[in-house]
Amino acid sequence: MTTTTPAAGGKASSAPIMGRDAEPTIFELSVPDRTAWTFRDQGLPEWSAEDLVPAEHLAEAPVALPEVSERDLVAHYTRLSHRQYSVDLGAYPLGSCTMKYNPKLCDDAASLAGFTNVHPTAPASMTQGWIELLVALGDALCEVTGMHAVTLQPPAGAAGELTGLLLMRAFHEANGDARRKVIIPDSAHGTNPASVTLGGYETVTVPSDERGLVDLDALRTVLDTDVAGIMLTNPNTLGLFEEDIAEIAAMVHEVGGLLYYDGANLNAILGVTRPGDMGFDIVHMNLHKTFAVPHGGGGPGAGPVAVSERLADYLPGPLPVRIDDDTFGWATPPASIGRMHGWHGNALALVRAYAYLLANGSDGLRHVAEAAVLNANWIRTRLRGSYDIPFDRPNMHECVVSASTLRKEHGVRAADVAKRLLEEGFHAPTVYFPLIVDEALMIEPTETESLQTLGALADALIAIAEGASAADHDAPRLTPVGRVDEARAARHLIATWDAR
Amino acid sequence: MGHYVPHTDAEIDEMLRFLGLASLDELFAVVPEALRLAGGLDIAQGASEFDVLDEMARLAAVNDACGPDLVCFAGAGAYDHELPSAVQRTAFRSEFVTAYTPYQPEVAQGVLQVLFEYQTLIARLTGLDVANASLYDGATACVEAVNLAVAATGRSTVWVSQGVHPNWRATMATYARGTGHHLVEQPLLDGVTQWPTDAGEVEAPGAVVLQYPNFLGCIEDVAEARRTADLHGALLVVAFDPVAAGMLRTPGSLGADVVVGEGQPFGTPLSFGGPYLGLLAVRQEHVRRIPGRLVGETLDVEGRRAYVTTLRTREQDIRREKASSNICTNQTLIAVCCAIQLSWLGTSGLRQVALRSARATRATREAVLAIDGIDPVANAPTFREFAVRLPLPAETVVERMAEHGYLAGAPLAGEYGPGLLIAATERRTAAQIDGYASALEKVIR
Repeated sequence: MTTTTPAAGGKASSAPIMGRDAEPTIFELSVPDRTAWTFRDQGLPEWSAEDLVPAEHLAEAPVALPEVSERDLVAHYTRLSHRQYSVDLGAYPLGSCTMKYNPKLCDDAASLAGFTNVHPTAPASMTQGWIELLVALGDALCEVTGMHAVTLQPPAGAAGELTGLLLMRAFHEANGDARRKVIIPDSAHGTNPASVTLGGYETVTVPSDERGLVDLDALRTVLDTDVAGIMLTNPNTLGLFEEDIAEIAAMVHEVGGLLYYDGANLNAILGVTRPGDMGFDIVHMNLHKTFAVPHGGGGPGAGPVAVSERLADYLPGPLPVRIDDDTFGWATPPASIGRMHGWHGNALALVRAYAYLLANGSDGLRHVAEAAVLNANWIRTRLRGSYDIPFDRPNMHECVVSASTLRKEHGVRAADVAKRLLEEGFHAPTVYFPLIVDEALMIEPTETESLQTLGALADALIAIAEGASAADHDAPRLTPVGRVDEARAARHLIATWDAR
Repeated sequence: MGHYVPHTDAEIDEMLRFLGLASLDELFAVVPEALRLAGGLDIAQGASEFDVLDEMARLAAVNDACGPDLVCFAGAGAYDHELPSAVQRTAFRSEFVTAYTPYQPEVAQGVLQVLFEYQTLIARLTGLDVANASLYDGATACVEAVNLAVAATGRSTVWVSQGVHPNWRATMATYARGTGHHLVEQPLLDGVTQWPTDAGEVEAPGAVVLQYPNFLGCIEDVAEARRTADLHGALLVVAFDPVAAGMLRTPGSLGADVVVGEGQPFGTPLSFGGPYLGLLAVRQEHVRRIPGRLVGETLDVEGRRAYVTTLRTREQDIRREKASSNICTNQTLIAVCCAIQLSWLGTSGLRQVALRSARATRATREAVLAIDGIDPVANAPTFREFAVRLPLPAETVVERMAEHGYLAGAPLAGEYGPGLLIAATERRTAAQIDGYASALEKVIR
């Protein structure tokens, strides 16, 4: 199958696809004494600043902010939005990021005043709906992962990882067991080793074998009673299922270590298999990946952490709990590690995830995994012959191809392919990751892209490979700006308008 | 297929044939039989969008939301400020909401430029040189500031004022379980921090941390904290209230090395505590230790102004186990809200928010302290929040005041003793304040 209909819903179809004209900064649009604000009449005495606060604390001059009309303000940010690619505009096959379509119903759910206007210190008696939602979401996440209890506090995946490592530490310390090492595969996300360091552990890296999976012999040589645990992503960052997971779990448990599941790729296995059934003790989920919380240009996300029964007493608190059939409250576990967030986590992101869960249900979640895996295998198969496929075997939700031959024959690198794809109306795949693949292009179509979009994406990638030439170094040419000088930005740092 | 999977049955068959598979189950042949979930997940089947929204509306309706029926006098780090339509409508454009982290700058100039503007605005509010592109919240921003200060000074003892939000201190203590940092709390006297003159037997601090104004609403003496930090060669970390920048001297002008804060007051609803916005700014000399993303201005190949995430070698995906922070996803969309709100306010609007919040707080304080049996917790000057002792438990007062249509405040506990923390913003009117005080007088009888 090589022909598809041209009308692909996920291809940003016209070029130039976004605003080409530069937009001045808000500071350049500012006109002294212009205002957008209005305030209600308080009916209070008009005390001056000096009446309210001792003079020694008062600023000598006001902080200068942009002075614009509401009309100019809205125009400025709207024009900036036209210089921004997004899932709502087109496909976003960024491997490892699960940039699926974000259902609009979740936006409406998270905008209900009964959620947005609730103060975090309001007592449980006044926030029963909120706590019920959190309990129900927690229960569903435990079922999806096969775990026993969950904290919803961690505001992102990396915060979830650190939570998991602190739980690991608390568990071992409670057993009078000081361990120093955490094992991670060489294909792991960078957040894993960074979190290990912040958790007070040393990283020990295990290599992948020729299958792209954890090398069991290498793992055996690093396992001892100084190992606190292992962090694994399954399917791993090559998009491959760690088939030996049961054996790995047995080996790690044998030396008293714990298994941590990095949920970055949970989308692949929803309703198919569960981390808890594989033997994992701690699981974090990225609700902004698997459960369709929109990524917001880099957050807010949510990174709940679910654990097996023996770790439940250490969870951060307070935890939302069901007290009886229709009463809900808060409880802090007896040996809680403390808090991972100032309040209850990114609560409105949790509302979105819950709405997504209800809409999909058990049947819908299974379809998500099936279609995600189907799409990624379809793309890999279509690209065979045009790109190197270092691990050409059935993959899960994403596949990793390589521009290694393109580089050798045409001097065209993975970054060039990525920039060319931007010109074709698609966001680029993840490039140069995982680190163990030369010239890696990591493609995760997600389940929400249609066959027509996949066809257009594959056609574009194949055309790029077939037409590879030195001219590709000049891509992208049809985007709001051309290739950006990253070295200059670091060399002559200008991080604020005032630093220019 | 599920609601958001577009494939028709015919397309699935076609795709399976292309892959040489007979069924969708065969896609998972690599999953060992013993690990496969038999019978599916034990959660309800999917529901229509409309059924889901009904259920969400039911849950939302059970909550007592702040509004005309529950006038908010609670603060404690989460404030009931005005949310102008222009800010919400613009920030929640789908291009901002559904974008990923700007890894491909050529198609992410929108988010990158807003973040560059945001960094400029936060640097100005703090009085420091450089702000990052956001952290999770005020609590985790404190953690990152402490980690930065410890790395910069090489000393892991940290003095933390008890005027710092108790949940933020709890978060700092939790993170310290991993880093091994030694947090030493310093007490308040009449609402402001009493810094010890020497470190005693223990290691001198690498960081001194205070909140300005502090959790009880009192205006701390930042200059004195600066002197304390200098005595030990420590960095001064100030957790500030960005609204205070509309009236009070900036922490940077008072000598802070690192300023953190909670950005929720600018453009984010109460939201039951999240998502909020961690602010962080540093002096230029610490820019290479700044955690998280940083956007810089540069040029594209044609010499046009362009923006890109920069000093990337600090970050976890490159430095891995040597990174000093693991943050990846942050709170970009909330930073966008904050930037737009600050632009909506402008110089004079920021001043108005601060002044009107302080006026409402003054009026509330006068009315509340005029009630027999209610006393102030401290007499130090306050800005937009104050704490009182009540003749009955604050939790009881909050429950009873709700029946009169007011969220009375945030109950105090622990080292502060029992009491109630009360805040008023520019939204509060004389009529609401009068009503609040008369209700309070009734419920404490």
